[in-house]
Amino acid sequence: MGLGEVRLRGLLLGGLAGDSSAYHTFLKELSGHLRAFLRKRLVNLPEEVEDLVQELLLAVHNQRHTYDPGQPITAWIYTIARYKLIDLLRWRSHKELLNDPLDEEDDLLATSDGEAAEARRDLAKLLADLPDRQRLPIIHVKIEGLSVAETARLIGMSQSAVKVGVHRGLTALAAKIRSES
Amino acid sequence: MNTDELVSLLATGSEAVDTRLPMRRYLIAVVAGTAVATLLTAEWLGFRPTLVRDLSVPMFWAKEAFCAALGAAGLVAVARLARPGSRLGWVRAAVAAPVIAMWLLAAVALFVANPQNHAELIFGQTASVCPFIIALISTPLFVGIFGAMRGLAPTRLRLAGAAGGFAAGSVGALAYSLHCPELAAPFLGIWYVLGILIPTAFGAWAGPRLLHW
Repeated sequence: MGLGEVRLRGLLLGGLAGDSSAYHTFLKELSGHLRAFLRKRLVNLPEEVEDLVQELLLAVHNQRHTYDPGQPITAWIYTIARYKLIDLLRWRSHKELLNDPLDEEDDLLATSDGEAAEARRDLAKLLADLPDRQRLPIIHVKIEGLSVAETARLIGMSQSAVKVGVHRGLTALAAKIRSES
Repeated sequence: MNTDELVSLLATGSEAVDTRLPMRRYLIAVVAGTAVATLLTAEWLGFRPTLVRDLSVPMFWAKEAFCAALGAAGLVAVARLARPGSRLGWVRAAVAAPVIAMWLLAAVALFVANPQNHAELIFGQTASVCPFIIALISTPLFVGIFGAMRGLAPTRLRLAGAAGGFAAGSVGALAYSLHCPELAAPFLGIWYVLGILIPTAFGAWAGPRLLHW
């Protein structure tokens, strides 16, 4: 187990236990690892890298309940990344553009690239297309940082409807990305 | 939206997540599916009248153990395949072992039997319907298991679908065995296995269609 593995796992477990600042650090560091990993492998598609980093972050977030604490985090993230990447390459039949084979999961946490480039696809636009019952909870809770209770009062929904709206909205966002590409 | 903004969005207001919940849902789906399959057997076909007497017949227990072992292996395979990055490991051997054991038992049964009894050992009374009834009775399990898998994140969709169908078929066969009058190992080794393979094949077909995310 590398240091990256131990550190990221600790941050994710903190996040899963409800520590949102640990979770923030987890996602931030993960995005660096993903970016470096993808830049090395998609040399011929450099403009796709940031879109993919975002798609993968969203996928990891939406599937975070599937992480088994007894399992190496590298294998978990790597499998999600490979699944999404193969999906994308299949859609575009760009398999030949893959520079490096996708079979070295040990590489995943070995490098990091903290320099975020601009994504081509703007998630904010996709977000704007979501129905109100999903869009408003995401805007108030996840972007403006209001509590679930405040949001519920503000937009006249029940608290559980707000939570469901956030969850379904982020899942719908991932589905929109998939159908777009 | 740049990536740092997305990271903030995802982290803001994130609450604790119960990582045991998906497995709890899976267990409930399996228990409920088994209950419906058993009820279906009891109401539609009826438990076999000799059921109590069979409890002292070793081959009855071999049949139950066969279905239960396949079902357990299939259910563990599903639990693993439904999470990214889990490996099947010994589960592959656990799926194959009961089938090989039953085939060995069948070979012995055919070897020691008078050749004119072979057809009876292989076809019994119900060979023409057995696989289809097993497939039908496993339907509620199939639905429950696929529902639970859809709440997780399988990445090998065809294999995960096949495992779901296999687990459903095996537990369905266990429920059906409470009606089924057959106890010959050659019969079980052929027709039960075929009955389990029907939902397995259907699962392999349905996996990429129903389980993608």
